[in-house]
Amino acid sequence: MTTQNIVILDYGSGNLRSAQRALEKVGANVTVTADFESAVNADALVVPGVGAFAACMRGILEVRGDAIIDRRLTGGRPVLGICVGMQVLFADGVEHGTAVAGLGQWPGRVEQLAAPILPHMGWDTVRAPVDSTIFAEVAGERFYFVHSYGVTSWELNEHDLNRQPPMVTWGTHGTEFVAAVEDGPLVATQFHPEKSGDAGLALLHAWVRSLH
Amino acid sequence: MNLAIRVIPCLDVDDGRVVKGVNFTGLRDAGDPVELAARYDAGGADELVFLDITASSGDRQTMLDVVRRTADCIFIPLTVGGGVRSPADFDRLLRAGADKVSLNTAAIADPNLLSEAAQRFGSQCVVLSIDARRCPAGVSTESGFEVTTHGGRRSTGIDAITWAVEGTKRGAGEILLNSMDADGTKAGFDLELIESVRREVRVPLIASGGAGSLADFAPAVHAGADAVLAASVFHFGEVTVVEVKQSLAKSGFPVRNTSL
Repeated sequence: MTTQNIVILDYGSGNLRSAQRALEKVGANVTVTADFESAVNADALVVPGVGAFAACMRGILEVRGDAIIDRRLTGGRPVLGICVGMQVLFADGVEHGTAVAGLGQWPGRVEQLAAPILPHMGWDTVRAPVDSTIFAEVAGERFYFVHSYGVTSWELNEHDLNRQPPMVTWGTHGTEFVAAVEDGPLVATQFHPEKSGDAGLALLHAWVRSLH
Repeated sequence: MNLAIRVIPCLDVDDGRVVKGVNFTGLRDAGDPVELAARYDAGGADELVFLDITASSGDRQTMLDVVRRTADCIFIPLTVGGGVRSPADFDRLLRAGADKVSLNTAAIADPNLLSEAAQRFGSQCVVLSIDARRCPAGVSTESGFEVTTHGGRRSTGIDAITWAVEGTKRGAGEILLNSMDADGTKAGFDLELIESVRREVRVPLIASGGAGSLADFAPAVHAGADAVLAASVFHFGEVTVVEVKQSLAKSGFPVRNTSL
């Protein structure tokens, strides 16, 4: 098996070291960079993200992350979004009453969760589809979440015959929310696999294996 | 709710070394925070807290190195606190690999630090650490609890509950609530303090101070804690993280990793 070269998109968001170390631990060769060509051409791209939706979108656009992701997906090249890096893949996000456009890869709006305690912080279970690739070995495990916002509904368009419908994994905190999506080359998790202990490493390992 | 109650060991680190004795067998170096962190991770800890108690502020570089080496080998969340005085300190710790940074004294001196950190780095990584106690003679607050500094030695006269509320309004995403009355007594958490804060704030609440035996943890969660933190009972092997989880599970609370 050849080693996969993975780029973590460095657009100024949070702690990237953990994601880098976790991916290295499961056998990938990892570069943290915002270089356009490297990000477009890597075997896989990880889009991290913590903090505010609007700030992450600004950072991503500054490094032309929108074009990087578009080009990659056009060529069927894998992309993994983590936490706010997942949220920005949706149509838009609403914070403090203002909607900010996302990357629009998926329909849906990122909104504050209706829950008595926010952020949703800690280890929680998810409901993954039986044919999920990334959850195949860790379906019953808990993963580490830290977020106050999420996508709470998703109308699957079953009439779109051009492609497989996305596989959506759900979580619950006060309300149901999208915990992960597997949509061909585009995969994303609301939780932090790089902070989810052995379960998270197993999930990342499954994703890295799927790149071959 | 299905969210697991978090069990969090806390390590006091002085100039890169764990203090307050640690009694694990089989460690190459019982004073090495990195090795201890890895041990707690393997032992089922949900999260770790490093508290930098280095007296001289000149040598924070040592702590950054500890954080870096820890983040390189453990894959659970790491909160680092102690001596954080500016957004620049915050930034350095996050870049070294901390997931959350806790603010205590510096936030009392300048509450704007909380707002700045939350705006710049996101509420999810801003922890407000409050050293609270029941008001001693001569001090009075509405709730009866006041905020202290200098490890509980110095009174501020600030109402601990009001401060918790203000801190979350300013953007703290979590409260680490230390009872200075219960700390070190091993007589159980201060349940009234936990209840008082829980009633007023909507962010996750970590209860700290007073854990002495397995029976102490479930009452803290009943009182409203989302996570329980302890230091010496874990370090001296009096209880293990897994035992705490088993006792919480027996009380009907969701936990992770009860069978390591």
